Amino acid sequence: MSEGDKPSGGEVNAQPEDEPKKPNLHAQRDRFFIRVRFSEFGKVRFISHRDVARLFERALRKLGLPVAYSEGFSPRPKLSFGLALSVGYESDAEYLDVELTEKVDLKGLAQRFTDAMPNGITVTEIIELDAGAASLQQAIVSCIWHIEVLGMSIAEMEAITASTMAATELPTERVRKGKTKVSDVRPSILGIEVVGPTENGVAIAAHLATEQLSMRPSELLVLLGIEPDQEGRITRTHQWMNLDGERCEPICLSEPSSKNETRDVFPGAFESTDSDTQADELHGVS
Amino acid sequence: MTTVWPQLEPLLPRVQKPARYIGCEDGAKAKLPDPKLVSWCFTYPDTYEVGLPNQGLQILYEIINERPDARADRSYAPWTDLEELMRSHGVPLFSVEHHTPCNEFDVIAFNLSAELTYTNLLNCVDLAGVPVRTADRDDSHPLIMAGGHCTYNPEPLADYLDAVVLGDGEEVVGEITDVLVKHRSQPNASRADLLVALAQIESVYVPSLYEVTYDGPSVAAITPIGTEAQSAPSEIEKRTVADLADWPYPKQQLAPLTEVVHDRLNVEVFRGCTRGCRFCQAGMITRPVRERPAEQVRTMVAEGLERTGYDEVALTSLSTADFSDIADVVTDIIDDGDKADKGPVSVSLPSLRVDAFGVGIATQLQRAKRTGLTFAPEAGTWRMRQIINKLIREEDLYEAVDAAFANGWIRVKLYFLIGLPSETDEDTLGIAELAKNCVAIGKKYNNRASVTASVGGFVPKPFTPFQWFGQNTQEELQRKVDLLRDATKKMRGVNLKWHDPKATLAEGIASRGDRRIGPVIEQVWRNGGTFQEWSEHFNLDLWLDAMADHGLTVEDAVYRHRTEAEFLPWEHLSAGLHKDFLWQDWQDSLAEVGLEDCRWTPCYDCGACTGYGIEHVVASAKPPAGGSQGTGQDLASGGAVPVVLLTSSERQSATA
Ligand code: SF4
Repeated sequence: MSEGDKPSGGEVNAQPEDEPKKPNLHAQRDRFFIRVRFSEFGKVRFISHRDVARLFERALRKLGLPVAYSEGFSPRPKLSFGLALSVGYESDAEYLDVELTEKVDLKGLAQRFTDAMPNGITVTEIIELDAGAASLQQAIVSCIWHIEVLGMSIAEMEAITASTMAATELPTERVRKGKTKVSDVRPSILGIEVVGPTENGVAIAAHLATEQLSMRPSELLVLLGIEPDQEGRITRTHQWMNLDGERCEPICLSEPSSKNETRDVFPGAFESTDSDTQADELHGVS
Repeated sequence: MTTVWPQLEPLLPRVQKPARYIGCEDGAKAKLPDPKLVSWCFTYPDTYEVGLPNQGLQILYEIINERPDARADRSYAPWTDLEELMRSHGVPLFSVEHHTPCNEFDVIAFNLSAELTYTNLLNCVDLAGVPVRTADRDDSHPLIMAGGHCTYNPEPLADYLDAVVLGDGEEVVGEITDVLVKHRSQPNASRADLLVALAQIESVYVPSLYEVTYDGPSVAAITPIGTEAQSAPSEIEKRTVADLADWPYPKQQLAPLTEVVHDRLNVEVFRGCTRGCRFCQAGMITRPVRERPAEQVRTMVAEGLERTGYDEVALTSLSTADFSDIADVVTDIIDDGDKADKGPVSVSLPSLRVDAFGVGIATQLQRAKRTGLTFAPEAGTWRMRQIINKLIREEDLYEAVDAAFANGWIRVKLYFLIGLPSETDEDTLGIAELAKNCVAIGKKYNNRASVTASVGGFVPKPFTPFQWFGQNTQEELQRKVDLLRDATKKMRGVNLKWHDPKATLAEGIASRGDRRIGPVIEQVWRNGGTFQEWSEHFNLDLWLDAMADHGLTVEDAVYRHRTEAEFLPWEHLSAGLHKDFLWQDWQDSLAEVGLEDCRWTPCYDCGACTGYGIEHVVASAKPPAGGSQGTGQDLASGGAVPVVLLTSSERQSATA
């Protein structure tokens, strides 16, 4: 018998696993934050959000960055991620905030980070963040997804998207927290455009809300009447924040990533796309 | 180069945990498929999460990949959802490095660590497109081999395995590769010639070169067949690596992308254990004790943490607290971690000794995270513990538990076995009693203190003093579980967990049987019985039906006691232990006579050292604090045969 035993047999008087929390004896110290933008392509798209978090924890240790740890019997590095990426989806716009105990030099750090991560995960940009900046979880309001639909022509796809966008209401059964409810999901679809043909079908870009009635790409495909086996690659290309009514990315890439094919769709949707300077102002980057 | 990735990739979004199938681990060798190289596919016949951490496979994988004339990939059993898709889409079993079909390798080599994975082994062979029976394979098929603790009774799989390795694999894997390299240069040599050549390697057993005759429920004899020119040895000896210092593997432990069991750095600090617990097959078959030099442990830990970014390292062995100067080693590791300044590092010992010394170490160790504390008193009464030679007094346990609760732990786990020789209900209920008393100790410190008593059914394993003992029936084990359930129901803070007695019976069938059990395993597999280690898939009826269909009874195979005169199904193999030593220990056991640890007392000539001209390799000839078993008990000692006790440093100067 060992601690790796698989479940078998039975159990009585099971008790919840918990450990007492040690009081925080440390006075509040200065904290520094960095925001990391990364992409996830290829085989690694099959790992879970939790796996990505563990890989970043290991990479941070390999790099020896002065990461802040939580207090207690099981101190954990203080990382916070944006919206989880579903298993199987790729992304050009994932984010991670890291709390540090001292300032670090960002020069060359993105490359060193990439080297410490498995193939397929590339750290594209790192910025310093104000201690008071809104958390990713709070600030993200929508995402743009690049979705490949297999075995469909541009004309067919355009017809489907046009009728969906023309609808004023789209009452849909949705399961949330185990409960089925009918809601109008039309407001969650902020835009759909047909991007062009792919080798085996057609690509669309969909701008979907993540707040209130959030919508996932898989739910959109069901709504569009697309069969599961027509689902091709799905890539998150942008996550958008709403800061004082302005839309901007948590970090704008200084150079567009080569994979960032759908950068220029919905040009009208986000007026302020040259947001390098804007992001700098918002986050107080010196 | 063939790869199934293009066919596999579209299936992955449709299965649970697709990260199991993508490989890409940190430390993985990307030696490209090359027809000029002898190729091994090391396979664990269970899920990726269970199989990836297996150190045995990782060690051999590295050793082979370091050779210029060979390469190795790895493979694992696909979960049932992917298996179904693979079969319907014609995708064969593949390696995770290059997604190469497994039947393109020269060898598919399995690690067998648990008998209930046997049906998975057959399933993997079949998924690879290789006939499951040795007799049906030809020159176009890979060799199917196995190693690992279960191969000390390989007979149930004898008709399915081309070759079996007994004991430590580090040296043998190279010798087998040499034979395979030579075989390639002889285009006229057949598969039969190759098998005969393999049988000449010490510790390699080729079951098809032996004939078995039966005498009712037991085996009458197992003898080599064939002409003199094609002879195989009449007895196959296990292999023992004399000094772990020569084998600092794995040098690059694999760090997976997805969570696995034992998800941490693992550094093996010693192999073998001579505490002499009579139920413990692992202890008996891995003798003698071979410690890794403390300095090497320290380097392997520091480099491993640095390379992988893990925040936890486990110092593995069968009883790590017995490692010479363990306290100093732990202090050094923690100091190194502090110096490296990369965040807190926790050190864990997979098994703790049942005494305050063990807890003291654990307290010192678990800085980065505090996991549960586990002790293994194994039996509920002192009488029973004398019989199994696990000489822990009640006071030792209470002292240990007290220290644990005093140091802030609130949950303690205790491991026990039921179904041990001569066990009475008083012994069984002693388990509940001990657990209750431990909770009472915990309540002194924390009102939420609780104790989990985890109870497993005992399977008497080959090459232990209990190999002659008939396993308790399923009904008897269930009755004992029920006794404990009733007894603990009202005990606040005692949480009872038990292993399903049905699974214990199936494990008995697979571990105690002879070649007649092979068709039973095959039938269980053919009727869908894969993943029998997993409660959601385990099905005893498949096993019992298959036994009945082949005219076999569990009484004969599992439950009956065996006699000294009986030829055991594993009698043609040797784990180094003299049969008369084991028999004497079995008799001593029934007389409740204990046996001290031969690391610190004279040798009993069990055979494990004396037979191979090797010795214990320990850095310190002094027993650890607390004395033998941590009890200081006076024990009867055996017939003394002086052996020289060499320390690691003496050993080095002797060979220099
Ligand atoms: S041969 Fe002697 S010293 Fe070696 S393990 Fe056996 S009893 Fe111990």
